[in-house]
Amino acid sequence: MIDVLIVGGGGAGLRAAIAVAETDPSLRVAVVSKVYPMRSHTVSAEGGAAAVIGAGDTLDEHCYDTISGGDWLCDQDAVEAFVSEAPKELIQLEHWGCPWSRESDGRVAVRPFGGMKKMRTWYAADKTGFHLLHTLFQTTLKYQDIIRYDEWYVTKLVVDDGRVHGVVAVEIRTGRVETIPARTVVLATGGCGKVFPFTTNAAIKTGDGMALAYREGAPLKDMEFVQYHPTGLPFTGILITEAARAEGGWLINKDGYRYLQDYDLGSPTPTPKLRSMELGPRDRLSQAFVHEQEKGRTVDTPYGPVVYLDLRHLGESKIDARIPFVRELCRSYQNLDPATDLIPVRPVAHYMMGGVHTDIDGATPIAGLFAAGETACVSINGANRLGSNSLPEILVFGRRAGIAAAAFARSHAGQAEASAVRAQGADERRRLERVRGGGGHGERIADLRERMQHTLEGAAGIYRAGDVLTKAVDTLADLGERAQEARVDDSSTAFNTELISLQELHAMLEIARTVVACALNRQESRGAHQRTDFTARDDETYLAHSLVHRAPDGSPSVGLLPVTITRWPPGERVYGRD
Amino acid sequence: MTDTTEAVRRASTRTIRVEVSRYRPGEDAEPVFQEYEVPLMADWAVLDGLNYIKDRLDGSLSFRWSCRMGVCGSCGMNVNGEPRLTCGTFLSEYGEGPVRIEPLKGFPVIRDLVVDIDDFLAKLSSVRPWLIREGEEPPLTAEYAQTPEQLEAYKQYSMCINCLLCYSACPVYVLDPDFLGPAAIALAQRYNLDSRDMGDRFDVLNLEDSVWGCTFVGECTSACPKHVDPAEAIQRYKLTAALRSVLPWSRR
Repeated sequence: MIDVLIVGGGGAGLRAAIAVAETDPSLRVAVVSKVYPMRSHTVSAEGGAAAVIGAGDTLDEHCYDTISGGDWLCDQDAVEAFVSEAPKELIQLEHWGCPWSRESDGRVAVRPFGGMKKMRTWYAADKTGFHLLHTLFQTTLKYQDIIRYDEWYVTKLVVDDGRVHGVVAVEIRTGRVETIPARTVVLATGGCGKVFPFTTNAAIKTGDGMALAYREGAPLKDMEFVQYHPTGLPFTGILITEAARAEGGWLINKDGYRYLQDYDLGSPTPTPKLRSMELGPRDRLSQAFVHEQEKGRTVDTPYGPVVYLDLRHLGESKIDARIPFVRELCRSYQNLDPATDLIPVRPVAHYMMGGVHTDIDGATPIAGLFAAGETACVSINGANRLGSNSLPEILVFGRRAGIAAAAFARSHAGQAEASAVRAQGADERRRLERVRGGGGHGERIADLRERMQHTLEGAAGIYRAGDVLTKAVDTLADLGERAQEARVDDSSTAFNTELISLQELHAMLEIARTVVACALNRQESRGAHQRTDFTARDDETYLAHSLVHRAPDGSPSVGLLPVTITRWPPGERVYGRD
Repeated sequence: MTDTTEAVRRASTRTIRVEVSRYRPGEDAEPVFQEYEVPLMADWAVLDGLNYIKDRLDGSLSFRWSCRMGVCGSCGMNVNGEPRLTCGTFLSEYGEGPVRIEPLKGFPVIRDLVVDIDDFLAKLSSVRPWLIREGEEPPLTAEYAQTPEQLEAYKQYSMCINCLLCYSACPVYVLDPDFLGPAAIALAQRYNLDSRDMGDRFDVLNLEDSVWGCTFVGECTSACPKHVDPAEAIQRYKLTAALRSVLPWSRR
């Protein structure tokens, strides 16, 4: 019997695992991941991790930036806990060896970031997520009692009588389906960017953890809030980090004009100004792009309209010192050099503010089930996450979820394996074997996936409209049924990636339906959720989280949950005006 | 990837022949090549070609991939005889084709293009790739000081993405699977040279199957897509180990 079973081996999952191992070495902790942990998508994070450290900065200012950035949909008690614990977590990573960039006197360096009024974003050049993940992974190797299930894919949570009892998982290498009994489960599977056609997210970001919880009755929260990052490379969707703008990059339209000045984001200055222009929040910058497109001031390419990110004036040495990965990515994937060329960019689906509804310790309404990181919605990100808040979030709440799960496991020690475990495990094994037996002869997985992605982009992109969302509800329900008959070519047991792709498609379709249902229900515009038919923020009705449950017929059922306000009453979001 | 990919693909008529190594344990006695015609798109990486095959032609093809931006380290394969990251290698490099894609050499094949890398993970653990400190951990109120110069001393070795192209390129590893190998040694050096680290990993590095097994061919460094230069890491430790044998109190 595993005491704490963590699903996902990225930043949140590994931080949780270390927290359990350090809290109580007698507990059995396991990490189940569909990829080797160092392949997890945390690896792709670039720009940095925010935490108050410097003189002249305060916890309250980080709170205010986060809350106003989130258009007042953040739970402020969660934000306060997050902001106060973030510095300790980043120092902890430093003590574990993370190669943070440094000042000449040996202290860690910080850089500006979008929506942040002070310089508080720690960074390891522009590979911060990569270094953070490898530091965490290599540190977990010190704790030899952490059991790893590398390349195992969890297909089901075993839940009985409101309590989690373990998971059913496929060992991808052999195709073996196994039930793993556990006293607690921590979901840390990251986001679900792959529900969109054009995304910065890795292939593995298919919302598995969100779907696992949702199917067993745990609600998802704020699923309509999807972050479009303003600067993705066309075609690949590769992210060009916000750090490029923090270091002084400009966004210009086809006329070479810094167009953000037309969207209430301040006036252009030669060097970056905090909370202004290119350092505004991501939702507002991506919305500005759409307006530029409507005005005919973007540039058409085979991969859609683009604007340009101009880094040329930074010069080669600054680019190489501060954002070398940007240069490497542009050269390798876009065949250009940002030291001499403009970088074509367009908004790209990047991050889910929503996720599994949890309290401040990562606990979900299902006893023994926890969630942390992008999978979860605590919520500190509200209607729009600020860049560089997600890396400290996975650390702070990964640790909290690990500690809370360990406490739950200890208080439920000695309980025998529930009878439900065997029965549910056997049912799930039969289901998977039917699929692998070459059951479906319908449409290809890739065709269904593309239809889902296009439906979602059309209905739940940067701007949404009620009639389009209503149509998407039906389209996605229909795709969900067709996916049950999807064609499967691969009947092999060894490393059958098609079987996994189909399970991922089922998960994404569940999630896509919740995104559309929540977007349809929220008849206002707030943060990253902009309705063309309800253009104003409506605090009277919607200063509230969306909470979506799966109804018995599989359809999403949306309600509202009050937002926790502690010290920052709702106000206007002001950028570039002081 | 963008939603217009499919439209662009349809407009293209040029194709390239891709020969893919297929192997299913228990069904195939040995790997065989299967040929596919793939659109030759200017922007397509070899990985895009493999995804085209999997999505449109043959769902049973198995390979690993994830980030598609050269940092997760999953998609290393042998492309026309060379170990490459398939997300960063373009079909257009191969002109008229064909392109021959095989699993990374030097590792047991699990299925098609998927190799078993557990041996590397065990080796990585063996070098203690974490910060070794003595005494009590200080409170989480301040960072350890480290100047930019001290960071520079090990930073290059910290860039390893564990893609294992270096093992595949290493003539020693291919013949002797017990050789600790380039990436594990580079990562040991990543910590040895870190000013915050108090260990030296002499016991695992000063062995016949470790740094002394390296014949300094340098293929690892040529293959590395992240310019980690494992060959240099190995040679530097040979010097460190030799010095330590003469001066046992010297650490680095």
